[in-house]
Amino acid sequence: MVSNSTSGGDIVLEGVTKRFVTPTGQAMTAIRDVNIKIGAGKFCAIVGPTGCGKSTTLTLTSGLDTLSAGTIHVAGRPVMGITPGVGFVFQNDALLPWKSVIANVAFGPLMNGIPKAQAMEKAREWLATVGLTGFENHYPHQLSGGMRKRVQLAATLINDPSLLMMDEPFSALDVQTRAIMTNELMNLWEQSKPSVMFVTHDLEEAIAIADQVVVMTVGPATVKDVFEIDLPRPRGAIQDIRFQPRFLELYKLIWNSLREEVERSYAMAAAKRETA
Amino acid sequence: MMNGGRDIDLAQLAKQRAQRYRNLVLLGRIGTLVIFLGLWQILTDLKIVDPFFFGSPIGIVKRLGDWFVNGTAYGSFWYQIWVTMEESILGFVFGVLAGVFFGVLLGEIPLLSDIMTPYIKMVNALPRIVLGSIFVIWLGLGLPSKVMLAAVLVFFVVFFNAYQGVKSVDRNLVAHARILGASRLDLVRHVVVPSATSWIIASLHVALGFSIIGAIVGEFLGAQHGLGLVISTAQNNFDTNGVFGAMLVIGVIAISAEGLMGLAEKRLLAWRPASANDGARNSI
Ligand SMILES: Nc1ncnc2c1ncn2[C@@H]1O[C@H](COP(=O)(O)OP(=O)(O)OP(=O)(O)O)[C@@H](O)[C@H]1O
Ligand SMILES: [Mg+2]
Repeated sequence: MVSNSTSGGDIVLEGVTKRFVTPTGQAMTAIRDVNIKIGAGKFCAIVGPTGCGKSTTLTLTSGLDTLSAGTIHVAGRPVMGITPGVGFVFQNDALLPWKSVIANVAFGPLMNGIPKAQAMEKAREWLATVGLTGFENHYPHQLSGGMRKRVQLAATLINDPSLLMMDEPFSALDVQTRAIMTNELMNLWEQSKPSVMFVTHDLEEAIAIADQVVVMTVGPATVKDVFEIDLPRPRGAIQDIRFQPRFLELYKLIWNSLREEVERSYAMAAAKRETA
Repeated sequence: MMNGGRDIDLAQLAKQRAQRYRNLVLLGRIGTLVIFLGLWQILTDLKIVDPFFFGSPIGIVKRLGDWFVNGTAYGSFWYQIWVTMEESILGFVFGVLAGVFFGVLLGEIPLLSDIMTPYIKMVNALPRIVLGSIFVIWLGLGLPSKVMLAAVLVFFVVFFNAYQGVKSVDRNLVAHARILGASRLDLVRHVVVPSATSWIIASLHVALGFSIIGAIVGEFLGAQHGLGLVISTAQNNFDTNGVFGAMLVIGVIAISAEGLMGLAEKRLLAWRPASANDGARNSI
């Protein structure tokens, strides 16, 4: 199932709807009629108010959960079971707490039948890439939150995914580490060109790295706007690009779209508080 | 810089205070034991309480000495101890293996667990000790009937914990492992069982006690050897010191087994963050 550095296929979501049964037994629509098209090897950032259904969208695309309605195609094939070649950096901690850092990173290759010595060697290289050499034998609970996140990145990227789901992967990192990791991610992406869905709350980050920014509405979420980011690549360091005029223009445009939703989300929360 | 010396003084002082406290606890424990045994001895010596019913510490020691030196009516005392231990250990091992296996199986296959739940609850509600009589009828007076009873007692404790452990696996971890390419069997091996291990281990302490109870009760119900037989013989002879003596031996066995398990537990759960009261071991 490990792809050989081939670039990812395109991702097409059509009329995707997901309903959950809440603990009180009611049906609750998390996302409704979502349509997103991501070209092969493209980088798509998703922004939207909290709780609107961004994580749900990624979960469905990766094949971890089933749709209530609609279809998702990846590289032309409908999603059924875990999508082949997918990698997923989860929003929450997902490292196996009983495995050491190196065993966590080597887990993916081992599950894919790569011999142990080779998997360990590869894991060591990836730990070096995320700057965690020397922490091989620590257990996850002995690391800081940011370090755990980096291990998780390594554990995902080591499988060389052709399709990459990233759910706020850098939110636990400090500003400097975040900049380094973002640049590192861009380098890796330029090399193997997976198709990426990247959820973030940081609009600057979204514009700086993505080909396309999707703005979602408050829950039940649907796609509000899609913005093509026409900044030339390679874009170089994220820190510099955000002062370019085109960047600022795009930022203003997208922020206007997003702000409405965020404000509505807060207004709805406030209304709920009053009725409660 | 300036108060470096004072820091050392403070650390030294704290260490001394902790040591003094530990000594005090130890002294208190020994004192409690001495007073308890002393009172028991004196009260029975003075016939304030009847030594026939309550025995006495010296009587117990003499009884045990006699058993260890001269043996019992059915062989050496060491052999009786060994028989009971063998029954408990075998019962413990079979019970734990079966409990973990079925706990994981039912935890992983909801349909199976939905079908089986009422029956398991029913069997669990039975006073399982009476099963001992059936096992004696089925399997005779030898070792198998005791092992069976011990295993059944152990099974239910471990089974429920293993099942609960499987049910409370973090779904996020399962999703992570599935994305990385884990098959169903890989999931059980690398995610489900390790995650249920802390639940299972918690049950092992209770299970250990049950395995000894199972063996002894089994021997009570009918046996040719073992500490349970020693106790029931002593009981029939109104040999109070004998009953207490055998009890003491069982207690020593149970505590040693508990200690061994503590060591095993530490190995198995090395990955866990230190709990609040043994944090001192990891931090300086
Ligand atoms: N397994 C589930 N069962 C019931 N409801 C769920 C489940 N998963 C998500 N939801 C609901 O679906 C909605 C969308 O959740 P989701 O996690 O996709 O939001 P999000 O956009 O990722 O939010 P955030 O930015 O805070 O991470 C929420 O209201 C949530 O309560
Ligand atoms: Mg989310």
